[in-house]
Amino acid sequence: MKGTYDKAFENVIRLRIMSILMVNEQFDFNSFKEILEVTDGNLASHLRNLENSAYIRVEKSFAGRKPLTNYSATEEGKKAFQSHLEFLENLIKENKT
Amino acid sequence: MRKPEQELADIKSMMERSTRFLSLNGLAGVLAGIYALVGAGIVWYWVYFPETSYSQGATEMHGTELMNNMLLLAGVVLLLALGSAFLLSRKKSQKNSHKFWSSASKRFLLALFIPVVTGGLFSFALIHEGYFHLIAATTLVFYGLGLINASHFTLSEIKNLGYGQLILGLIAAFHHEYGLLCWTLGFGILHVIYGSMMYYKYDR
Repeated sequence: MKGTYDKAFENVIRLRIMSILMVNEQFDFNSFKEILEVTDGNLASHLRNLENSAYIRVEKSFAGRKPLTNYSATEEGKKAFQSHLEFLENLIKENKT
Repeated sequence: MRKPEQELADIKSMMERSTRFLSLNGLAGVLAGIYALVGAGIVWYWVYFPETSYSQGATEMHGTELMNNMLLLAGVVLLLALGSAFLLSRKKSQKNSHKFWSSASKRFLLALFIPVVTGGLFSFALIHEGYFHLIAATTLVFYGLGLINASHFTLSEIKNLGYGQLILGLIAAFHHEYGLLCWTLGFGILHVIYGSMMYYKYDR
C-alpha cells in the first residue's frame, strides 16, 4: 500500500496545523489560535511536538513591540504530510473496492 | 482513528479557511448591482435627456458640471457598495464564527484592490487628459482583472464574474457608444445575477 500513516498526524490539531502550513508560506501563533480554537498551552504543545519531529520551523520576530512567532513547514514535513495524505486516499479507495 | 473521509474533509476545510476569504455575501453583490443600476439610470438621464431641464428654462448641464456630478455620483455608488459589502460580510463571518480580519481576508482585499485602485487612478488620468469615452471600458477591465486575481482567495465563482466584466470592458473599449450600456450590464446586471446565484448557493 502506498503512503505511510504518520503518528505525528494522528492528533487532529496537529493534522490541522500541518494542513494550514501546506497552503500558507507562514502562519503565526495567534492566527492558529483563532482558526483552531484551542488554548495557548494546548496549541504550544502540539507545535512543539511538530517542531521536534522537524516538520515545522519556528521564527521569532517582533511586530512593533509585540513578539510575533511565525511557523512554516519544512521540506521533510511537507513530504511526510503528502505521504500521510496518500495513505488516507488509498485507504478510501480500498474500502470502496 | 477517525474515518479517512472525515480526515480528508477536515484537511480540505482547514486549507480553505486559512487561505480563502469565505465570508463574501451574495446579497452584497445584489445590492452593489442595484446601486450601480440606479447610478447608471441617473447618468443616462443626465446625458441623454438634458432637454428636460433646458426646456424648463434651467441651464443644461455641460462639460465640467456634468463630469463633477458624475464623479460625485460614482463616489456615492462606490461608498454604498463597499459599505454594504463590508457590513454584510462582517455579519456572515460572525454568524459562521469565522474571523473577519484574517490573513485570508487581507490577501483577498489586496488581490482585489491593487488592480481596482490602479484602474481608478488610471481613470482619473483619462479624465485629466480628456478621454472621457474610455472611462467605462477602463473601470470594467480593471475591475474584471481585480476579480480574477482575487478569485484565488475567495469563493471561486468570482472568477466568472471577472471574465464577464473583462469582455464587456473590451466591447466598450471598441464601441464607445455602448460604454454606458456595457457599464450598466457589468456593474449592474452581472452583479445582481452573480450575487443572487451566490446567495442561493452559500447564504440561504
